[in-house]
Amino acid sequence: MRLRAGALALVLALGAAGCASSGDPRDPLEGWNRGVQSFNDTADDYVMKPVSKAYRAVTPSGLRDMVRNFFNNIDDLLIGANNLLQGKPADAMNDWMRLAVNSTFGLGGLIDWASEMGLEKHDEDFGQTLARWGVGDGPYFVLPFLGPSTVRDSAALPVDWSYDPVFDARPIALRNTLVGVRYIQRRTDFLEAGQALQEAALDRYVFLREAYLQHRRSQVYDGHPPRERPPLE
Amino acid sequence: MKRILASAALALSVATQAGITPPDELVKGVMLDIQHIISSDKALQAGDREKNIRLIEQKALPHFDHVAMTALAVGPNWRKATPEQKTRLSEAFRTLLVRTYASSLSAFGDQKLEFRPLNLKPDDTDVTVQVRVLKSGAQPVSVEYDMEKTPDGWKCYDVRVAGISLVVNYRTEFASIVRDKGIDGLIAALENKNRALAAADSSAKK
Repeated sequence: MRLRAGALALVLALGAAGCASSGDPRDPLEGWNRGVQSFNDTADDYVMKPVSKAYRAVTPSGLRDMVRNFFNNIDDLLIGANNLLQGKPADAMNDWMRLAVNSTFGLGGLIDWASEMGLEKHDEDFGQTLARWGVGDGPYFVLPFLGPSTVRDSAALPVDWSYDPVFDARPIALRNTLVGVRYIQRRTDFLEAGQALQEAALDRYVFLREAYLQHRRSQVYDGHPPRERPPLE
Repeated sequence: MKRILASAALALSVATQAGITPPDELVKGVMLDIQHIISSDKALQAGDREKNIRLIEQKALPHFDHVAMTALAVGPNWRKATPEQKTRLSEAFRTLLVRTYASSLSAFGDQKLEFRPLNLKPDDTDVTVQVRVLKSGAQPVSVEYDMEKTPDGWKCYDVRVAGISLVVNYRTEFASIVRDKGIDGLIAALENKNRALAAADSSAKK
């Protein structure tokens, strides 16, 4: 798994290197990125969005909460590890306490008791850890099926994947089902955001890129990025 | 006489101070009010676009400074715009934003909100009010309102959702349109976008 993901990232990076750019210094691979985004949008329009809408139509919201909780509970393992790697042992303890509470009292993660108890959910990944260690974003980079990323975050993905318990689930059919359901659950959570994005943007590509870069910056600083506020006119 | 005048002026300024709703209470009041209206209205929950837009216009819009928002999003080019261009720009941007708020309304309608009290000092004129939207099993989403004190009360000039500033998000887009097609090009782009969205609404209705 580790090797294959690494090879994938390499092929993508090589493919990207051959593409033209058009202006923004943070986005030298714009030509490639726009191509991948339009591929992603098409795939989304024909497959992911309809499947997510159908999933939402046939499941009660309580069940969807449980599915979301289940996968997010598994994530807490690596979120804790990343917090530890970022030098935040108290946050890591919080994340692993969440995992312990929700896996037991929360019936294998279906119910998020930990949040009720005041153990707040965090969001960390190896890309953020690299950022904390001083690795810059690198160029903006759109990944097939996964969407907006940066070169740093893309390079970090295989590390998260290689420790992701869902990818290690066996038999293979079970793993594929879990990966598929998780993907659709997450897409479903973004149906409204996707609609808002569609309506708000003049140029969807630019809008999505700016939103991703801002959001990542906020994540890296755990929601408190140093303020870059423009002067009021 | 002077003393009386001075104390009258002081009394007046104290009175207006007291009359201005503090920014954190303002945000809380408006959000809870909107949430309450949505929770008791089936059409709003079902995403009735016109009704959503009207709700936003009545309840939220008076507390936004759309000219400041537009100026910040347009950036240095704002100074090059004529007064007429400024008016058209901020009108068009306002229309687009109202729609964006309206389409995100149904998403936030039934969420649990957590209001962060603000430690407001008397001489503060520019603050950030934070609200967190709680969702089962997920990291709370932070919504931040940058607010400025004006004679008409506190006005919001930027909103950040999950760290994404509306103003900053539009800035790059606006700058590249102005570079290629000038201020009038940007006005046209915004007005066309609004027309396209309105057309999509009315055709969806038929």
